[in-house]
Amino acid sequence: MTDAALFAPTVSVAAPATARTCAHCGETVRGETVRGKTAQGASEALFCCAGCATAHAIIAAAGLGAFYRQLEQIHAHRPEPLEIDFAAFARPDGQEGASLELLVDGLDCAACVWLIESLLARDPTITRARVHLSTRRLSLAWRGPLADANGHAGLVAALGFRLAPYDTIAAAVGDDRETRELLRAIAVAGFAAANVMLLSVAVWAGHDGSMGDATRTLFHWISAAIALPAVAYAGQPFFRSALAALRAGRSNMDVPISIGVTLACIVSVHEAWAGQQHAYFDSAITLLFFLLIGRYLDRRARGRARQAVHALLALSSRTATVIGADGSTVSRRIDGLVPGDLLLVAAGERLGADGIVSEGISSLDASLVSGESLPQPAHPGVKAFAGTINLGGVLRVKVTAAGENTLLSEIVRLVEAAERGRSRFVAIADRVARAYAPVVHMTALLTFLGWTLLGGLAWDRALLVATAVLIITCPCALALAVPVVQVVASTRLLRSGVLLRSPTALERLAQVDHVVFDKTGTLTLGRPELVAAPDDPEVRRVAASLALNSRHPLARALVRALPEAMPAAGVVEHPGEGLEGDGVRLGSASFCGVTDPPDDGRSELWLARPSQRPVRFAFADRLRPDATATIAALCRRGLTVEVLSGDRGAAVAEAAAAAGIAEWRSAVTPSQKAQRLATLAAEGKRVLMVGDGLNDAPALAAAHASLSPTTAAEATQCAADAVFQGDALHPVAEILDVAHRADRLVRQNLVLALLYNLSAVPLAILGDVTPLVAAVAMSSSSLLVIGNALRLGAGRPHGKRS
Amino acid sequence: MDSLLILIPAALVLGLLALAALLWALRSGQYDDPDGAAGRILFDDDDARSK
Repeated sequence: MTDAALFAPTVSVAAPATARTCAHCGETVRGETVRGKTAQGASEALFCCAGCATAHAIIAAAGLGAFYRQLEQIHAHRPEPLEIDFAAFARPDGQEGASLELLVDGLDCAACVWLIESLLARDPTITRARVHLSTRRLSLAWRGPLADANGHAGLVAALGFRLAPYDTIAAAVGDDRETRELLRAIAVAGFAAANVMLLSVAVWAGHDGSMGDATRTLFHWISAAIALPAVAYAGQPFFRSALAALRAGRSNMDVPISIGVTLACIVSVHEAWAGQQHAYFDSAITLLFFLLIGRYLDRRARGRARQAVHALLALSSRTATVIGADGSTVSRRIDGLVPGDLLLVAAGERLGADGIVSEGISSLDASLVSGESLPQPAHPGVKAFAGTINLGGVLRVKVTAAGENTLLSEIVRLVEAAERGRSRFVAIADRVARAYAPVVHMTALLTFLGWTLLGGLAWDRALLVATAVLIITCPCALALAVPVVQVVASTRLLRSGVLLRSPTALERLAQVDHVVFDKTGTLTLGRPELVAAPDDPEVRRVAASLALNSRHPLARALVRALPEAMPAAGVVEHPGEGLEGDGVRLGSASFCGVTDPPDDGRSELWLARPSQRPVRFAFADRLRPDATATIAALCRRGLTVEVLSGDRGAAVAEAAAAAGIAEWRSAVTPSQKAQRLATLAAEGKRVLMVGDGLNDAPALAAAHASLSPTTAAEATQCAADAVFQGDALHPVAEILDVAHRADRLVRQNLVLALLYNLSAVPLAILGDVTPLVAAVAMSSSSLLVIGNALRLGAGRPHGKRS
Repeated sequence: MDSLLILIPAALVLGLLALAALLWALRSGQYDDPDGAAGRILFDDDDARSK
């Protein structure tokens, strides 16, 4: 499983290709259709929109119809219009061409890579088109003016991939080059360590006298020639960090490492010069090699999380359509909107600013902002918030608050404030390091002073012993203890569809004793399902054929439940009310002439046929299939569970009861949620928040640890420590399980590493640690720690379904 | 012991060759996209540019 797959937008799963599905994106075709030729050119194909038809035509014209065969289970994405001027991001290459780095969203598999590269390669002016699946980056170079950027990017965008300039992420992450530098340092250190060790083994074997002094000194000098440049190069990451820490008046783990390695080198050169027996070149370079591996693993875990966040942010910069005074429309970036602007909001578009509806009738999906699962009616005079989606007809909205002042930005601010609070959390490895470093320095210093002043040793002999102390205490196993466990744990979680976003997430998750769930989209699936319908198949068929003409969530739920229907012709949609065709009406109670609808907290559609009594279709947001079992499992662990939802009381009570949760609160605003979390924290509880709505984002950031499903809003995923995939809720229990085991292993590893030091340090102080002993002790403790961590990865992730 | 004068340089040169190969691979971007490279071998056509 790749990262890209985890963060890709929800893609509809393949349905049998009947005449009603779009030939490009595979969505059900409703209402007006667009006709065109298939990629094979044989028969006619149906498309859901002009965008899909264009994408299909581009692919067919380029002779790349094989794409659809390579796609297998996943369908292509529905194209969205280009919103960014890419020419501004293109860089001239000094001659006649230019290059551009793009972030491609929606890359799921190798087929997409093939399609983009092959399509761009057909353009003779394009000199390079290379897609990186791991980083989702497209690097593009062409001959021609900078302005061609939009054409090339438009071609990719027309295929249904969302694009953003890569610069914004590269600047924020800057991680690529550093990772490569680390890899290079590992390579150099590995080479040097292996070769110096080769010589050292010979020297050790010759200690009984079989090796002459001259040969040994020669070997020491050859070792020095290999090790010294390698240490100077591969040690840089540590030296830099140690210097920075010392300059800031602090001490970190890198300070004893740097001092130890440098001292070991200096002392060893002195030993070789004096023709003495012991030189620590092998210890110095092997130490760096092990430490670099730990550093690299750590960096990779952090880098992946950071990149995911910035990718989401880069993609969320959008534009809105503004109607000018003369009636003309212009596209403007959301951050350029001012109060008083009149926005044109098309069906399916997300609102970019808070405002008041001035014209048009529709319904708005506010689930991301408020957590309310039912669409809200929208008509002139109604307040609409940034982040809501227009479900029905075209709306004109007068902006009342834009940019920093919208409810959406308010939520983002709450998230930032809460995250600042959490950044105070110090990982266990850092806590240990803080206490450890001064102790190491003191021990080495005392050893040196003790041997010179009390033991009566020459200063260079005493320094040799003190260096041995520094080498043996160097936190080699300690540095590996935590990153290795983290890598093993996150790999294991990735296999069950969970992506860890924060490096300290596992540690905080392991401390959790109280779990707070959001309702809509977290405990439940977040989409209405048909739960009660009339028995008459004819009634069902009529209702479904009307419903096929609408994108309203209830209509779509009806179609999902009754998939066989064919679309009815001549259907008119009355936005916010219902559908009408041939005198048959499907819609709200009042639209169908029902005066006293039953109030059971469920969403409903009524079907009214001429001269017959209206019949009712009831919908409810279903619980995730294993919600009850997962809650029970959490309770068995001794965790307390509660529900915190922005939805209405009746709906929350029903869901909580069904899931087996006694404590619930309804109609809670985003800031109230964050407050509730603060109250719980004040009571001394370590809270895990699980939520998906934008309204949950502040609470997620304020919680001790947080999770969200991959269906959640982008900002919400950013605020969560980990995201999980799929319809099932069991990943919540699985994450906690892995976190507990990882925590136990980290502690075991730290104890192992410290025990090793406790037993080896007295030997080192007494001056009994020769280079041979140091090498054996160092490698064996590192291997022990790694082996212990690998136990976590063993065994199948439990609860996983095929 | 004379053999050492040949064997040690030989070992070092071989090691350096391997190191150079790895550094070259790193520089030419072969470690940049491990996921994509796994899928690329499945593409049939040879005309897709790969630089």
